[in-house]
Amino acid sequence: MAALKIKKGSTSHSAYNLRPNFSDEVETHTLAVLVDNEPGVLARVIGLFAGRGYNIESLTVAEVDHTGHLSRITVVTTGTPQVIEQIKAQLGRIVPVHAVHDLTVEGASVERELALFKVSGTGDKRVEALRLADIFRANAVDSTLESFVFELTGTPGKIDAFADLMRPLGLVEVARTGVAALSRGSE
Amino acid sequence: MTRQMTGAKMVVQALKDQGVDTVFGYPGGAVLPIYDEIFQQNDIRHILVRHEQGAVHAAEGYARSTGKVGVALVTSGPGATNAVTGLTDALLDSIPIVVLTGQVPTFMIGSDAFQEADTVGITRPCTKHNWLAKDTDTLAETLHQAFHVAQSGRPGPVLVDIPKDVQFANGTYTAPEKSDTTIYQPETKGDITAINELVEAMEKAERPVFYTGGGVINSGPKASALLRELVEATGIPITSTLMGLGAYPASGENWLGMLGMHGLYEANMAMHDCDLMINIGARFDDRITGLISAFSPNSIKAHIDIDPSSINKVIKADIPIVGDVESVLTDILKVWKARGRTVNRDAIANWQSQISDWRKVECLKYVQEGKIIKPQYALSRLEALTKEHDRYITTEVGQHQMWAAQYLGFEDPNRWMTSGGLGTMGYGFPASIGAQVAHPDSLVINVAGEASWLMNMQEMGTAIQFRLPVKQFILNNERLGMVRQWQELLHGERYSHSWSEALPDFVKLAEAFGAKGIICSDPDDLDDAIMEMITYDGPVIFDCLVEKHENCFPMIPSGKPHNEMLLGEASTQGVIQAGGAVMV
Ligand SMILES: Cc1ncc(C[n+]2csc(CCOP(=O)(O)OP(=O)(O)O)c2C)c(N)n1
Ligand SMILES: [Mg+2]
Repeated sequence: MAALKIKKGSTSHSAYNLRPNFSDEVETHTLAVLVDNEPGVLARVIGLFAGRGYNIESLTVAEVDHTGHLSRITVVTTGTPQVIEQIKAQLGRIVPVHAVHDLTVEGASVERELALFKVSGTGDKRVEALRLADIFRANAVDSTLESFVFELTGTPGKIDAFADLMRPLGLVEVARTGVAALSRGSE
Repeated sequence: MTRQMTGAKMVVQALKDQGVDTVFGYPGGAVLPIYDEIFQQNDIRHILVRHEQGAVHAAEGYARSTGKVGVALVTSGPGATNAVTGLTDALLDSIPIVVLTGQVPTFMIGSDAFQEADTVGITRPCTKHNWLAKDTDTLAETLHQAFHVAQSGRPGPVLVDIPKDVQFANGTYTAPEKSDTTIYQPETKGDITAINELVEAMEKAERPVFYTGGGVINSGPKASALLRELVEATGIPITSTLMGLGAYPASGENWLGMLGMHGLYEANMAMHDCDLMINIGARFDDRITGLISAFSPNSIKAHIDIDPSSINKVIKADIPIVGDVESVLTDILKVWKARGRTVNRDAIANWQSQISDWRKVECLKYVQEGKIIKPQYALSRLEALTKEHDRYITTEVGQHQMWAAQYLGFEDPNRWMTSGGLGTMGYGFPASIGAQVAHPDSLVINVAGEASWLMNMQEMGTAIQFRLPVKQFILNNERLGMVRQWQELLHGERYSHSWSEALPDFVKLAEAFGAKGIICSDPDDLDDAIMEMITYDGPVIFDCLVEKHENCFPMIPSGKPHNEMLLGEASTQGVIQAGGAVMV
């Protein structure tokens, strides 16, 4: 676990970064969890969150290294600093977990989410939806005479904002992928 | 050299290669190929239990009393679900065991086949790790990895679920040394900067205390030896959790006795008033801390634990050290000696005299008078008459368990087996069987309550069949005593279902199984009866009829700090207030 300098198998060499912060303020953290892509591994991670009462705001998972059979699970979670540290330490205990990165504390990172929006309507509303989509650089990936499906990529905040704008213009359905995130820079 | 064999044969081969000499198990359809292999060899002894829960607790007793990995083998479906309590017990107490379960053949998984259960799904939260072995070629490596994970880092239970077709199929056997164990490599060496910081704090501390736990026992006998050396050299008083008893000898000069909810007055007061708390392999369990916000308010807290998730989970650690106890204690001693073996002698002498004052409270004092045996007296006599023996003690769960922890003295690690984290009634009898199998010539005693004992009493059959001379010392109060005590203190003396009605005649029950039964109700007969139990060459059920309404003290009521311990019957009414009442 890089954030805690905890190597695989879950123990830290340096305990200094375990110095506690027992503040009561709830923070949002984005964690990247590298796991062996084997049956049940996602259940282990989700089961940990459910069993210990941690929050999941967003979760994405896919294989990222075909030959190494590695998957990357990106979890956005909330909790006090103590709870966030517990979540990371608990994740680190799971045998098929290779590394846990706390992107929120490990320097700058980029976060993106993809969403699809179905908006139906005619007349002015339809024109306005298309105009706003253009401003947000959303692509129309399907259209009929009464509807559009827009595709939008961006931060969760941008997607929320677009959804808010589409709602009065005939938003029918939204599908979101959840957050994918990487640290910035060369490493 | 590659070797071809069936999956079933691989299981037996892997067990042999892992140095396993004993398996506790119960057969069924989905493990028949493995049982067939067990039948055709003599290296591994199979102990047929009478219920799968018993197999897992026996494996725990075996593991805890030897320091080795315990092994249980059960069938699919009901065999696996019966093992769940034992797995959870081993998870909470960090006991290394490997449980092998049979599974329906791979091509039937998911079809609700006969005796199919989602075993890896059910046991995922109650194992350290588990595997569904879908391929005979990788089965052996999985089994070796299972042993590796069970005993590395913080030990725990693992499970390998083996479908029946995988047992029948042929594959290539992988030897342990060829198996990939890099999948799990916990760090064992503690951070030297933090260790230096701890040694510095030890040198200055005026009121230091060692608070030790099961992690010392799990780390191995060397860890206990190092702990003893450190305690003797520094003169720092030491207390222990229920799980850590025996790491430091009860006869040791600096021994404070057990701490926690039913711990000793001097131990809890020392924890509350100390200025340096050195936690070695314990986890600030709620039975220990009491009210968190009032827990040892003025101390610097050092926490040594092999599991980083234990640190700062409950109590903020000022000096966190992640590492194996043996390795960290080696380094602490090295640094402390190199820096000149300093402690604050004068201050510690004052601290010790404060502790002697607390000892004068004599929190374990009781009065044995009249014709009814006090449970405390029964245990004091058991202690006096057995302490010179090569002795292993297991317990069930309840008042008797706490009294055993208070009144029996443990001089060595691995001699005391009790269900601490899960508090599993029914643990003690099968655990005593596991310990006796591992130590056939030793005196193995299960200190039991009548209610707990009945939960796994079927294991009498196992004791008889395998000639295991386990002594079942039942403190029979005809009550679910611990439940009754809480109802008295917390629920206005409304004793809802806390009686043991319709108890069997334990002497006849023993005889029905072919064992010896002893009943004792008179304090004057107790010594002779205990001697009769010890000298009898075979299993004994000892029905010790004790005072029915004795409460277990000292007691820190839930939601109270350490220095608000109840010491006796006086003014116990309404002591647990609403805040504490919601806690268990
Ligand atoms: C499997 C299980 N069920 C219920 C409990 C709750 N419980 C804790 S102690 C106790 C009573 C135990 O009675 P007994 O074994 O006679 O021991 P005593 O307290 O009387 O010494 C009960 C029911 C438990 N710990 N384990
Ligand atoms: Mg009882």
